[in-house]
Amino acid sequence: MAISLKINGKTVKTNSDPETPLLWMLRDELGMVGTKFGCGIAQCGACTIHVDGIPVRGCQTLLEDAEGLEVNTIEGLAKDGKLHPLQQAWIDHDVPQCGYCQAGQIMSAAALLAENPKPTDQEIDDAMAGNLCRCGTYPRIRAAIKQAAGLGG
Amino acid sequence: MTNISLNRRAFLGASGALVIAVSIPGCKPKGIGPITDKDIKSMTLNAHVEVATDGSVTIMAPHPEIGQGVKTSLPMIVAEELDVSWDKVTVKQSVIDEKYGYQFAGGSLSVPMLWQPLREAGATARAMLVSAAAAHWAVEAKDCSTEDGYVIHGDNRLGYGDLVEAAAKQAVPEKDSLKLKDPKDFNILGRRITGVDNLAIVTGQPLFGIDQKIENMHYATYSKCPAVGGTVKSANLDAVKSMPGISDAFVLEAVGKEDVLKPGVAIVGTSTFAVFKAKEALEVDWDLTSAASFNWSEFLEQGKAGALLKGNTTLFDDGNVDTAFGQAKTTVERVYAYPFLPHAPLEPQNCTAYVQGDKVEIWAPTQTPTGAVQMVVKDFGFAAENVTLNQTRCGGGFGRRLFNDFVAEAVAISKKSGLPTKVQWTRPDGMTNDYFRPGGVHGCAAALDEEGKIKGWKVNFHTLSNDGKTPGRSPNAYMGNEFPRHLVENYQVNETVTKMAIPTGWWRAPISNAFAFVYGSFLHEIAHETNQDYVQMLLGLYGDDQIIPGPQGTEIDTNRAKGVIRAVAERSNWGKSLPKGRAQGLSYYYSHSGYIGEVVELEVSADKRIKVHKVDVVADVGPIVNMSGAENQCAGSVIDGLSTMMNLRVDIQNGRIMQGNFDEYPLMRMPNTPDIDVHFIQSANPPTGLGEPALPPLAPAVCNAIFAATGERVRELPLSKSGYSFSA
Ligand code: FES
Ligand code: FES
Repeated sequence: MAISLKINGKTVKTNSDPETPLLWMLRDELGMVGTKFGCGIAQCGACTIHVDGIPVRGCQTLLEDAEGLEVNTIEGLAKDGKLHPLQQAWIDHDVPQCGYCQAGQIMSAAALLAENPKPTDQEIDDAMAGNLCRCGTYPRIRAAIKQAAGLGG
Repeated sequence: MTNISLNRRAFLGASGALVIAVSIPGCKPKGIGPITDKDIKSMTLNAHVEVATDGSVTIMAPHPEIGQGVKTSLPMIVAEELDVSWDKVTVKQSVIDEKYGYQFAGGSLSVPMLWQPLREAGATARAMLVSAAAAHWAVEAKDCSTEDGYVIHGDNRLGYGDLVEAAAKQAVPEKDSLKLKDPKDFNILGRRITGVDNLAIVTGQPLFGIDQKIENMHYATYSKCPAVGGTVKSANLDAVKSMPGISDAFVLEAVGKEDVLKPGVAIVGTSTFAVFKAKEALEVDWDLTSAASFNWSEFLEQGKAGALLKGNTTLFDDGNVDTAFGQAKTTVERVYAYPFLPHAPLEPQNCTAYVQGDKVEIWAPTQTPTGAVQMVVKDFGFAAENVTLNQTRCGGGFGRRLFNDFVAEAVAISKKSGLPTKVQWTRPDGMTNDYFRPGGVHGCAAALDEEGKIKGWKVNFHTLSNDGKTPGRSPNAYMGNEFPRHLVENYQVNETVTKMAIPTGWWRAPISNAFAFVYGSFLHEIAHETNQDYVQMLLGLYGDDQIIPGPQGTEIDTNRAKGVIRAVAERSNWGKSLPKGRAQGLSYYYSHSGYIGEVVELEVSADKRIKVHKVDVVADVGPIVNMSGAENQCAGSVIDGLSTMMNLRVDIQNGRIMQGNFDEYPLMRMPNTPDIDVHFIQSANPPTGLGEPALPPLAPAVCNAIFAATGERVRELPLSKSGYSFSA
């Protein structure tokens, strides 16, 4: 039975195994590879996406759980050819090293700012604690979030 | 942050959408007909530079990008000498070809090795453009100058784009005739330039090995014996093959040495999820006859028990240590130990390969693309001209991707299945199948005179190797000029090597990542025992300005060392008074041709929770290529160092790696990240790489600070073993 969901505003129908994690459905089936695989057990946050606006782990969210819901990924963050302020801030601060974790970092940060446009330092740290960066770009991630939030940085 | 410029075209280049016609007279693909002006969109001036008729420039990035920034920094060097503004430049990852030399990312060597050749590549292209313009105006080339993509002579100006066709026909100038820029005229080098792939990264475009998709691509897993070196007796292949989405499952025998193909079971299917699920259902009966049986805790206990004995082999024996110890006023003896480490880059290993008959095409996130091609030729019998390897961006390297076992797997699986296949590792696959930083034990002894001067230095190094003799590729081997050799008259290093079949390899700042902890801690202990200020003691030890000999490229200039130590002490306000429980720790180390000093300021609570407030880094690596990338590398190294020393290690029991995923290998997270201040002493020495040298001094600086704060000396890593943790 086909499962239908909305991905970055577009309705998508699929006959895939309902137990497929969204991470793999996005990557393998739809070719949307911005969402990354790092651990598969909700530890690294590289697979962070939004489901109905809430940041979730794509490796833990099954297709059947997302039926009828709105899924947003890094590919949908820029609107009308304009980068999200976080994406621009990431470029301005030259945040990435290898870059592999960064889509997940930005999606976590985007969910934070959507809910809390002027977070404190502590709130930034708390919201970002689920995202690992093996390269250690945390100081620049902090600074970029602050810039995007209009808090200097 | 200022002066960051974004190269938007890099986005197109990275996603492959920018089409550039490479049209070299005589090299034009057959069947296209003669070159006409209309045909020409761009010309290749040399292996590194293409100039388009609209004046835009494409520069090749020859070495793999693993997060160390060379896809941006190396082309910056070319662009500088070409004299073109950075926003006209598109960067393209180069093909693998002899004309780029041995292409790899390791040893922080890209910048030092390519600094001069890339400057010359840019200057050569510039000289050819100038010659073309001079010929056009019938003036002397030496009377022409360039600026921002134009050749200028008096009131005449011609853009590079208008000149490129004629320039490509100019003779390639002799190296000696090239005039390189005076560093004071640099427009690009030393600035902050944002990474060329950043737009693609923040918008989620395909870049990494794991992102590659080719037509009819299948997905595969490859399971190896949990005890390193075991082989396959049998497996429930039929059951696996009957699972949904699975097209094939088979056993592969070993190929080549342990860094090529290990024996295992391949599962091929139509999606990553399908093959991961099948992997969970896979049951293998392993033959453990040839498997490793190593136990880390046994080695550690034995090493510690015998740490201060003489050791089996004497590596270095300067002066007479026995006399020095006989005459010593005091001796200090200490034992230090550190664990095995996996690399754990965030992108799990993967590789895509398609074998068609006697040809193979590969898409690989590797640190050694040239090495990968050579391996496929040597171990799989392909002719070199039939191997095409596309280097992708790597989601971290840290030394892990110097080995190409995942490339071997993809080639072997595609060869056997006949399908274009991406082999995808799980996180536990990566954690347990690594070339580990080997653990080790150091027994250190120092003989001191009345003033606390070090008169004798003796080390017994307990290490491991695959043959039980030489550390060989086990990278914790002495190089010969480890601090304080040549600074202490009577110096002896002995080694005791235990045989072990666990593969070992280079881990970010190999050797130094462990030795700096030992020596930086031991010297601090000596300073404390003899009531000396640590900074003064270090400066005294380095004494007069001199060059300490060592293997080529590792000679140490004591003047630069002292400069860094003084600067980091000054910048950190070394010795300032701090509240109880809060203290500073300093360390200095030389590695990968870089001189780095670090001061850590931290606080330790009664229940051993550590809050690191601030880390000051001072580095002398010569002139800085990309200031933004350089600072990022230093801060990243500090964070890697802190993360690793606090909690990270793998335990090995009976040849099995006991940690499988990030829940058991807890990398540091954002809330524990200190403020980090990075400062460069931009000496006029040749520039050297920054991917590694800022990591080693961090661990001893932290241990010295913990001692200063609490009086407790940590002599074994990780800190968690002594009950420490990050403050919440
Ligand atoms: S891959 Fe989902 S949290 Fe790591
Ligand atoms: S930039 Fe490499 S993991 Fe974050």
